[in-house]
Parts: sequence; structure tokens; C-alpha cells
Amino acid sequence: MTINEKQDEIITEFEFLEDWLDKYQQIIDKGQSGKKMAEADKIPENLIEGCQSKVWVTAEYKDGKVYYQGESNTDIAGGIVVMLVEVLSGHTPDEIIESDLYFINKIGLKEHLSPTRSNGMLAMIKQMRLYAVAFKSKMES
Amino acid sequence: MGLDINKIRQDFPILTKEIYKKPLVYLDNAATTQKPLCVIEKITEGYCNCNANIHRGVHFLSQMATEAHEAARENVRSFINAASAREVIFTRGTTEAINLVASSFGDSQCSEGDEIIISQMEHHSNIVPWQLLQSRKGTTLKVIPFDENGILKVEELEKMITPKTKLVSVTHASNTLATVNPIKEIIRIAHAHDVPVLVDGAQSIPHFSVDVQDLDVDFYVFSGHKVYGPTGIGVLYGKERWLDAIPPYQGGGEMIKKVTFEKTTFNELPFKFEAGTPDYIGSTALSAALDYVKGIGLENISKHEHELLEYARTRMAEIEGMRFIGNSPQRSGLVSFLVGDIHPYDMGSILDKLGIAVRTGHHCAEPVMQAFGIEGTVRASFAMYNTKEEIDTLVAGIERARKMFHH
Repeated sequence: MTINEKQDEIITEFEFLEDWLDKYQQIIDKGQSGKKMAEADKIPENLIEGCQSKVWVTAEYKDGKVYYQGESNTDIAGGIVVMLVEVLSGHTPDEIIESDLYFINKIGLKEHLSPTRSNGMLAMIKQMRLYAVAFKSKMES
Repeated sequence: MGLDINKIRQDFPILTKEIYKKPLVYLDNAATTQKPLCVIEKITEGYCNCNANIHRGVHFLSQMATEAHEAARENVRSFINAASAREVIFTRGTTEAINLVASSFGDSQCSEGDEIIISQMEHHSNIVPWQLLQSRKGTTLKVIPFDENGILKVEELEKMITPKTKLVSVTHASNTLATVNPIKEIIRIAHAHDVPVLVDGAQSIPHFSVDVQDLDVDFYVFSGHKVYGPTGIGVLYGKERWLDAIPPYQGGGEMIKKVTFEKTTFNELPFKFEAGTPDYIGSTALSAALDYVKGIGLENISKHEHELLEYARTRMAEIEGMRFIGNSPQRSGLVSFLVGDIHPYDMGSILDKLGIAVRTGHHCAEPVMQAFGIEGTVRASFAMYNTKEEIDTLVAGIERARKMFHH
């Protein structure tokens, strides 16, 4: 699936949830059911700076594609990082760098998160793109 | 005779606000209280009718503003029963007041190896200024511990005081544990060793009456915005002999008697500590807030808030997985809690969507969190305008969140 196909799938999941508490429920469930990281990866170096919650993200480069893992100590931030990992994982650095993450606005995440949470989400995206840029420049050099 | 809460609520315009189309339930009063109309009007009136820089001005408006500012000082004096208005210094708030003492008292009275004693339940604003003093003067910081219920082990204080102890600086009421400390006892112990005491009254002044002479406290500090007044104004009370003995905090206008390039002589109390143009709009609005509180009656407020707190604890205790952080029988104003392993930020986010404003996190008291081995708590804190119905809404909100997080 392309990045956009995955985004569209998430948009469909949220489409019928009118009440914001139902949307939160969906995010919480994603956070709770998401793949857990190895404890050894939950180290300060993998923490995203700028998040009020603790959010760890790792990235691995295999066969030209980037594979992310992410987890948080809170369920809501955890759900957000799970969605980002779901959308961006398994794609080439170029695809990730050029991606337009329109699902965030479509499901209303940005407007319904508190400013601190919203900044935290932007910090996660920034870090994930930075990994892609780093892998790309490594590959080219 | 209970308070007419509905009538009181009408005095606070913000309380009719809807948040996400739900009626606002404001339970973050330990962070800041909402303002009654009389305070808001006082600010507007100040700027509309009475705005001119105070002191030194010979013109009418300046004199009028000066009188209002000094009348506010007198009102604060009477509110805390200080012996003289010279002992009332306006600051920007509790934090600035503690920094003032740490700087003026600390720098002049402390030298290397001297000790400051604080408690384990202090807000960062009563920790960090002393650590800065430590880095300037080489003082050390000693900490009175609390037990598993959040009760201060006052008996330890006696053993901790040495000839090197220069000041005991403790909070009257904890902003995270709700504990009300036996301040009189602490002062008695410290004074028996000739050690002065600073008390952080940020969480006590809004909730119960404080008489600085009866306490025999040396320094008492509080913030205006936590007692229904505006932000940016606070109070340092200090015994006159201490304020006379210590040097000015900041330099500038207002605080001087005579300036030449060779030498400057400082003004007398209280102006010596008020460099620059004072917040005379803030002071007069704070005075209006104190009048409002007096009008309702601090005893009535205490009683009402105590009932709310006990009702909240009883109702909340029925929630599965509920854990209270802080169980001192002497408590005031707030309840700090966790439910199962739901993270405080997650709980706070759901409550927010239900229109309920609570505080989440470490509440600027990280050592308290470390003592309990937790990252933070959810804190619901009360004011005179809160109702039992609002607590019912909070309890229903917590229950709903608990289910959402599958606990």
C-alpha cells in the first residue's frame, strides 16, 4: 500500500466517528494495541524532544526502505505515534520526505489536540522525516 | 448557614462559559482562580479614571493613584494582620517574593557552609531560589521529609537545625498533597534556635485566614491571582526588623532616596524593595479581591471548600483503581489522584473534552513525585464557587475515562 492509501484507510476509520470522545477512543485503542518496542530501545536517545509525554521512535533502514517503531508512556500520544508509524513505515526515504500527511487534518487531529499535544505530534513527524533524510544522505554518500 | 453558591457564581463571568459545548467545570484553582466582576471592573476603572504614575507626581491623578495604591497596601496589611503597612511589599507574585528573600536575605546573611532548611513538599519556586543562593554563596540545602501520607515529619526539624542554619522556608499548604503543615509548631521550633522562618502562603491565603503576628512568622509570601486577584501582583510580608536589616533586591526608580554617581542612598520601607513603577493597577485590583473574599467570609469559604473536598474524596474513593496522593487529615483545597495506570495526561485530555479543567503532571513539585515514584498526578482543586454537582460531573468524567482506557 502507498502512503496515501494507508492515510485514506485511517480517514475511513475515523469518518463515522462524530463525537470527539469516540475519536479519542479510536486513538487510545490504537495506542494500547500497537506493537510494543523492546525495552532496550526505550532509551533517552530515542525520545522525541518537544513532547510532553514520553515518545520513543526508532528507525531502521533495510533494502532501501525505512522501518519505524514507536511507543509512548501515554495512550493518546501512543495512538498518534502508532498511526504515524503505520503510515510511514516500509517506504523509501524519498517517499517519506515527499509525503503529504493530509490524514492529520482530515480526521481533525490537529484542531482537536491541545496545542502541547499538537506540537508533540509535529515533533514526532519531524523526527521521522529526519531519519529518512539521514538514511538518504548516507545512501548517496 | 451555607453560602449561596449560585449567587457567588454570578459574580464570575467566565463560569458561564461552555467548553466543547459543555458547561465549564473549573477545577484548576490551585493554579489560578477566576476573577469576580468587581476585580475586573477595578482594573478597567483604574485605567479609565485613575491612571497616572504613582508617588512623586504632584498632579491630581498621580496623587489619586498613589492613594489607591497605598490604600491597597493597608488593606493587605489588615488582611494578614501585619503590624505595619511598611511590612507589606508588593511583588509580582510568590515566586518573586521568595527570590527577593533568597537574594536580599540570603546574600547578606549567609556565607559558605550555612544552611537553609526547606521541606520535601515544596513547589519549585521554594527550591530553586535556594539552589541559586547555594551556587552564589556555597550554602547547603536541608530537606524536612514527609511520610507515606504526605505528612511532614516536623520532629525531624529539631534535629536538623544547627548553629549554621540561617532560615527555614516551608509551605503552609502543599500544592500537590493538600497537606496543611503545622506552621506554628515549625516556627516555634525554629525560633527556639533563633532561626527565622519564611512561609509560602500561595495555597493557604485563598482558603483560610492567616494572621502573621499570631504565627510570629518572619516572612510570609503569596500571589494575588490565586486569591481571585489579577496576575502579576503578589505580596511579601516581612517583619520590619528583617526588612530593615537586609539590602534592596533590585535597583531603579522608586526605591532610592538620593542618587549621585558617587553614592546612592535607599528609600525607606516598603519602597526600598519596590524598584521601578509599581503595579498600582494590580495592587488596587488585588485589594478589591481581598474585599470580595472578606465580604463572603474566609470562614464560610473554608467550610464550603472543606465540604467539597471531603465530598470529592468520598465519591472518588468509589472509583475502581483510585489512588489518592496525599492523605494528611489536615488538608485543604485540592485532591491529587491517579486511576489504575492511566497516565495523568491521558486522564486530563479526556476530562478536558468533557469540559472539566484539571491540572496534570508534576505540578512544579518534582521531588514530591519522586518520593512517590510517579511521574505526575491529576489534580482537582477547589474554590468558593465550586459545587457538589461539579464534583459529580468530575466523578462521572473519571469513570468515563477509566472505561475508555479499559481499566
